[in-house]
Amino acid sequence: MMKIFRMLSRSIRDAFKSVFRNFSLSLASISCITITLVIVAVSIIASFNVENFTKEIEKDLTIVAFLEQDATSDDVEDLIKKIKKLDNVDSYEFKGKEKVKKDMQNESEVFNSIMSDWSKEDNPLKDTFQIRVKDAEQISKTANKIKKMDKVSLVRYGEGMVDKLVNAFSSIEKVAYGVVIALIVVTVFLIINTIKLTIFSRKREISIMRLVGASNFSIKTPFIIEGMILGLIGSIIPVLLTTFGYLSFYKHFDGYLFTELIKLIEPEPFIYTASGIVILIGILVGMIGSASAVRKYLKV
Amino acid sequence: MDLIRLKNVNKKYKNGVTAIYDMDLSIKKGSFVFVIGGSGSGKSTLIKMLYREEKPTSGQIVVGGVNVAKLRNQKVYKLRRKLGIVFQDYRLLPKLTVFENVAFAMEVLGAHKDETREKTLKAIEMVGLKNKVHNYPDELSGGEQQRVAIARAIVNNPKLLLCDEPTGNLDPEMSMEIMKVLENINKKRGTTILMVTHDKDIVNAMKKQVITLKDGRLINNKEKGTYNDEDI
Ligand SMILES: Nc1ncnc2c1ncn2[C@@H]1O[C@H](COP(=O)(O)OP(=O)(O)OP(=O)(O)O)[C@@H](O)[C@H]1O
Ligand SMILES: [Mg+2]
Repeated sequence: MMKIFRMLSRSIRDAFKSVFRNFSLSLASISCITITLVIVAVSIIASFNVENFTKEIEKDLTIVAFLEQDATSDDVEDLIKKIKKLDNVDSYEFKGKEKVKKDMQNESEVFNSIMSDWSKEDNPLKDTFQIRVKDAEQISKTANKIKKMDKVSLVRYGEGMVDKLVNAFSSIEKVAYGVVIALIVVTVFLIINTIKLTIFSRKREISIMRLVGASNFSIKTPFIIEGMILGLIGSIIPVLLTTFGYLSFYKHFDGYLFTELIKLIEPEPFIYTASGIVILIGILVGMIGSASAVRKYLKV
Repeated sequence: MDLIRLKNVNKKYKNGVTAIYDMDLSIKKGSFVFVIGGSGSGKSTLIKMLYREEKPTSGQIVVGGVNVAKLRNQKVYKLRRKLGIVFQDYRLLPKLTVFENVAFAMEVLGAHKDETREKTLKAIEMVGLKNKVHNYPDELSGGEQQRVAIARAIVNNPKLLLCDEPTGNLDPEMSMEIMKVLENINKKRGTTILMVTHDKDIVNAMKKQVITLKDGRLINNKEKGTYNDEDI
């Protein structure tokens, strides 16, 4: 046990030495990791926030279906059955036109005075259904299905705004994923190259290590650790950016982006989670790169 | 007790050259053996098979109880820990001092610092370089560099020391010094030594066991042998 610990601490020492001995080379890898991780960090912050406020919006998102004036109570029964059958419907509430009238009267004095002399027969308002959906992205589909039902005259939901917002964010997300994956691939190749050159520059040392009976584990580990250290160093700037960038961003906008509708995630503990993810990705990318370089160029 | 045993060993390289033909050989624990033979007779190949740098094409090789011929790549390091190896070209690390070069062999095995220090100094003393502990290889003569390499090879107190032309780059005087060091190791530590050499004077002066190879075949194995030009 102690032996493994000593070997590991030796590996870490060697790895640090190597990073600084070949600093110009290491710098290329580190810069690439840094750039990648900055973009990863921004993507994480953006996608977590989008996730957060789409959920917020979804909570309030309802479809309002207005029925034809001549809809009978049988028609309403029929509609309830049909609505219940829809997958995306979370809950629904039927509001007859008398109830709508009462609600509106309660809401405003003006409405109250206008509507007070409408009798039950000449109430021009329509019966409505208020329907909550499970998945906001599917809301337009669901709304269309409801619109096609008999006796439904009109359907309203967030007036396309939600639709556009959701679509815009999901395509931004897709682009971000693509960019991040491409950058990670480039980074991994740079790390493979860096570690390859370290392996070559230490060929003599490695051959002597083999000669005197160093285990494969102790020969390989320093290089793997070196990759992880490159990843770790590369994540310093992105983590600082995430932490302080988001803090000041949050402060600057007072917790809301443009409108009350878009509420930003509280910085704490969110920045710690985000930083943790960034560091983890950095180390992982470094490890993958160095491990494949070791497998390729360090035949043991 | 035999430390090394070869049975029906053949070695054919990938390019079709057969370097060792049907070799049987036993070497006793604690012995000092010269391996001689002309260029290309298979001396280095024999040594390489003993430390499992090369695998025999067929036959059995046992070193210190380890079946070397069947040893998997991942397990080779276990064999290497039981033996020391010295080459003609020293193979030292130029950026490390004498002490660090020798200690290197202990450190990579994960040995404790105190133990490493103690054994390293002992090995360096044994090869007579106590006053050069903190020098770098390029500050040493060829003979001194070779002694560092020997110290590194014996620092773990191996049972077997393999030397492939350790005096090949040295003048006669330095060569004799190396031989004194090796003989001392053989006597004091009981380390079995197998040494490949072309040096007639050394072989004749030492009066040790001599194994002669010719075209990959073992043609002579004599206690207290001499360098016989006719065989080669
Ligand atoms: N790696 C290799 N691949 C192919 N053939 C090899 C290899 N190593 C050695 N040989 C061949 O095997 C034969 C024996 O070589 P070996 O190196 O064992 O000879 P040697 O006795 O050590 O010679 P020298 O005294 O010149 O060092 C030679 O014909 C050589 O060309
Ligand atoms: Mg040779």
